[in-house]
Amino acid sequence: MNWFGNFYRSALGKKAVMAVTGVILFGWIFLHMVGNLKLYLGPVHLNEYAHFLRAMGSPAVPESFALWVSRIVLLVCVVLHIHAATVLTIMNREARPVGYRDRDYPSATYAARTMRWGGVIIALFVVYHLLHLTTGTVHPSFIKDDVYHNVVTGFRVWWVAAVYIIANLALGLHLYHGLWSMFASLGVTNARVSKWKRAFATTFAVVITAANVSFPLAVLSGLVR
Amino acid sequence: MNLTLHVWRQKSRDTNGSFATYQASGISPDASFLEMLDVVNEELIAKGEEPIHFEHDCREGICGSCGMMINGTAHGPMGGTATCQLHMRHFNDGDEVWVEPWRARAFPVIKDLIVDRSPLDKIIQAGGFISVNTGSAVEANTLPIPKPVQERAMDAAECIQCGACVAQCPNGAAQLFTAAKISHLGLLPQGQPERYERVLKMVEVMEEHFGSCTLFRECEAVCPKEISTEFITRMNKDYLTAQVKR
Ligand code: HEM
Ligand code: FES
Repeated sequence: MNWFGNFYRSALGKKAVMAVTGVILFGWIFLHMVGNLKLYLGPVHLNEYAHFLRAMGSPAVPESFALWVSRIVLLVCVVLHIHAATVLTIMNREARPVGYRDRDYPSATYAARTMRWGGVIIALFVVYHLLHLTTGTVHPSFIKDDVYHNVVTGFRVWWVAAVYIIANLALGLHLYHGLWSMFASLGVTNARVSKWKRAFATTFAVVITAANVSFPLAVLSGLVR
Repeated sequence: MNLTLHVWRQKSRDTNGSFATYQASGISPDASFLEMLDVVNEELIAKGEEPIHFEHDCREGICGSCGMMINGTAHGPMGGTATCQLHMRHFNDGDEVWVEPWRARAFPVIKDLIVDRSPLDKIIQAGGFISVNTGSAVEANTLPIPKPVQERAMDAAECIQCGACVAQCPNGAAQLFTAAKISHLGLLPQGQPERYERVLKMVEVMEEHFGSCTLFRECEAVCPKEISTEFITRMNKDYLTAQVKR
């Protein structure tokens, strides 16, 4: 723990932690997207899948145990990721208190420059999303364990669909830069890996965003009802 | 050529500065940016006004003293050149040009366009050297170094410590500078004994003065020596390895 504290105190250490927690969150968001594709197979499949998530590991471990373990891992990752980002942002603001009258960005991409606000949008969305589809607190006709019903009736409200679409576009930009920059933060100098990192980041950012954005669009257009 | 210049004027570290506007007239397209400022300064001196202060020395792109922000880009629009090597033919007659000093908390303005870049020296002092007993130089061929390694070390060693990387970076980070210095020593056999200790010490001092990297790669785009951000990745690798080893 002492070692970790020492390591995490440095900015380079924080970046490495952001990269590792980012990869874990990415792995999770990818699986989440794949699981959500069951929306297209109909209510039976999606609800069975949701049931499977809760039953995962049982009877070896109690019902929902595996689900809660993964929730705790995710929560730790989210907290570290956001903490490091906040501390580094403050450090960077302090390092450059005065800007230029007129500045050019010859190289920085839009995605890179919006990482901070993009991250805030995604975090706010996650809170809303949990209250919407996990707890049902802000869902007008939430039926516990009928995930299909909750998703479809949820997305029929146009502004709810819009919130999901905007948040997932922000997620796409975040992944586009993050999945590429993590290789540098982790010091991956291997030439064969480096050659593919741009393609890797672009592919996964596009696939995850396209699939996630397709769900509210499918409901709005009546394709999924 | 005739240009309108808006130049940052600041009397001293503790005073507030502001932009002043000057006309640069009859400038040869073959003049360098510094020579253009010389012409403006001659006129200012003739009028009894204070000339624009800027740092310069070699005027051939090797000493690293001449940095300034030109129209929002470090060392001007060309890429791969220091301000002294930037020629006026890359501007158009009638252009308006904004000239500002490097901006970073670590680089306070001393006067006009001159900033104090000594925090970069502090990073070097922390470990940017090789400890050997002095004496006559060792015969170069006694230490075989593969050609690709030599060249990579040389790519990093090209850094002239001008500070453009810090100036261009929205985070005021000195990663490209520090990484270049760490790499040109760390790639060579002479740099191995202190390799991991060096990266820990230099990064620690770097973080006391400068910001943190967000991989915008702005530094690489303006570096007069076109040093690659791959050296930043390499520095991160050595840093993480050093942390694991200790
Ligand atoms: C259109 C896209 C999305 C759809 C249709 C969707 C759907 C769902 C559904 C139905 C649940 C509840 C599952 C259950 O109760 O078993 C859920 C949970 C969750 N979603 Fe999403 N989601 C989407 C995008 C996202 C995004 C972009 C994020 C975050 C970046 C996210 C984060 C979460 C989290 C953290 C949970 C809670 C997991 C848990 O049970 O601990 N989702 N999602
Ligand atoms: S004056 Fe020496 S690099 Fe420009």
